Amino acid sequence: MKALLAQTRAEVTMTLRRGETLLLTLGIPLLLLVFFSEVRILPTPGIASVDLVTPGILALAIMSTSMVSLGIATGFERGYGVLERLGVTPLGRGRLLAAKMLAIVAIEVLQALCIVGVGLLLGWHPTGGLTGGLVAAAACLLGSVAFGGLGLAMAGRLRAEVNLAAANGLYLVLLLLGGMVVPLSSLPVGIRSVAEVLPAAALSSTLHEAIGPVSGYTGCWIVLVVWGLGAPLLAVATFRFRGD
Amino acid sequence: MAASIVIEDLVVRHGELTAVDHLSLEVAEGGVMALLGPNGAGKTSTVETLEGLRAPSAGRVRVLGLDPISERSRLVADIGVMLQQGGVYPVMTPDQALRLFAAYYADPLDPADLLERLGLAEVAATPWRRLSGGEQQRLSLALALVGRPRVLFLDEPTAGVDVHGRATIREVIAEQASQGVTILLTTHEMAEAEAVADRVAIIHRGRLAVSGTMDELTSGGVRFGAPAGLDVADLSAALGATVIETVPGSYAIDADTSGSLVGDLAGWLASRGLSLSDLRSGASLEDAYRAVVGELALAEASVDRGLSGRPATSGRRRRR
Repeated sequence: MKALLAQTRAEVTMTLRRGETLLLTLGIPLLLLVFFSEVRILPTPGIASVDLVTPGILALAIMSTSMVSLGIATGFERGYGVLERLGVTPLGRGRLLAAKMLAIVAIEVLQALCIVGVGLLLGWHPTGGLTGGLVAAAACLLGSVAFGGLGLAMAGRLRAEVNLAAANGLYLVLLLLGGMVVPLSSLPVGIRSVAEVLPAAALSSTLHEAIGPVSGYTGCWIVLVVWGLGAPLLAVATFRFRGD
Repeated sequence: MAASIVIEDLVVRHGELTAVDHLSLEVAEGGVMALLGPNGAGKTSTVETLEGLRAPSAGRVRVLGLDPISERSRLVADIGVMLQQGGVYPVMTPDQALRLFAAYYADPLDPADLLERLGLAEVAATPWRRLSGGEQQRLSLALALVGRPRVLFLDEPTAGVDVHGRATIREVIAEQASQGVTILLTTHEMAEAEAVADRVAIIHRGRLAVSGTMDELTSGGVRFGAPAGLDVADLSAALGATVIETVPGSYAIDADTSGSLVGDLAGWLASRGLSLSDLRSGASLEDAYRAVVGELALAEASVDRGLSGRPATSGRRRRR
């Protein structure tokens, strides 16, 4: 337990000290939240922008931390031989991964507090009450697992620099297609059909349904569960602790 | 004395390449073995297999009686590992890294003491990525020691380290050995092997070429220096003993030192107007290493000639 706690603390500290990570996990989501809440450019007749945007930004924050931040950091740690080295200490690979997951959860709680706080200050009125909050927490957890699996799957196979580019590229694509800022209903039908089978749209839709003013698309929970199971399995099957 | 490290008929393949080829070795409890060999000889693959980082393709390895992969969780508390490079979070300072690693073990050494012992106290708050190569190596050694290991694996511990740092690392290795820690180290530094090891194994192309105590490998024979390219066949005939040129300008005679041998050698050289230098009995480890690796290279060349029906180097010579 001492080893797990020490590693978790180290993971959280290192993550929060990385300027680029803070920008990605807190800076960009908060900037988008404020911008799209205050500047009425989204096609949301009858709905306050902040009510629509806040659940989507929560989804974006989960994706930023679980997939991009975790994936990029893990990729470089693999390249530097850190994962390999830790694998031959009593910490072991299992507790190393557990520490990473705990650190991600801790950072996501911090993100959620910031985003919800800023959203409320901007006039957000969450729906669903306590049940909605619990459902949203479950969706966030499932989304974390799905995106974490994707991030680790890439980090465990790609060279660190390639992984960096791939994670950022995927982040941008999923940001645009994930219903996080741009509503899914605004996308052309063909693109929307593709977007709806991706984890970003599934997470943002489940969050919109739980604590937002609009319903998710049919099957969004099923898509999220499939990614939540499939992505970690993919990571387990393909991950390599050794660098290239 | 029981063996802490046992390697039995180990084979390690990387795809088509056989890095370790039916290697068998043992390191006694409390022993210090230096694993020597040219680049690509299979040293790191062997050590990584013992550390549990790589599965054997065939054969068996045991460390403290345990399988490094299937019994990893029982073994890792008792081994200390120094990788050839890396293995530390680049943003971490030596102090942070040592305190983190100390938290993994039940009864760790005091990180502050280790920083002091390895000369890292002054850079304790400097991130790893800003440390010099030698400081990174010393930190890596400190991380290997912090858990009070019974077995240490050190992969080229002084590579890229300055003279002062090398001395510190050798002192620390000697201290560990005196405390009964079993040590297997790979190195290209013969002086390092001579300074810290009590046994040496030379591997070449994944196979064990020779192993023995330092005395066994360095005793016997006569060494001397002379201009490169002597007619060793003629000299051997004149001395009645085999002479080989271990490296250009350095020669080994397979005979014990005697007044007549020295006289015959000096006379043979003088008759050709050549000077004799650095005459001594016995061999340095470097001499022994070069002789072994040189003989193996010659033997391989002979096999190649036998297979191809012409000298292995003839093509290269023609191109010149």
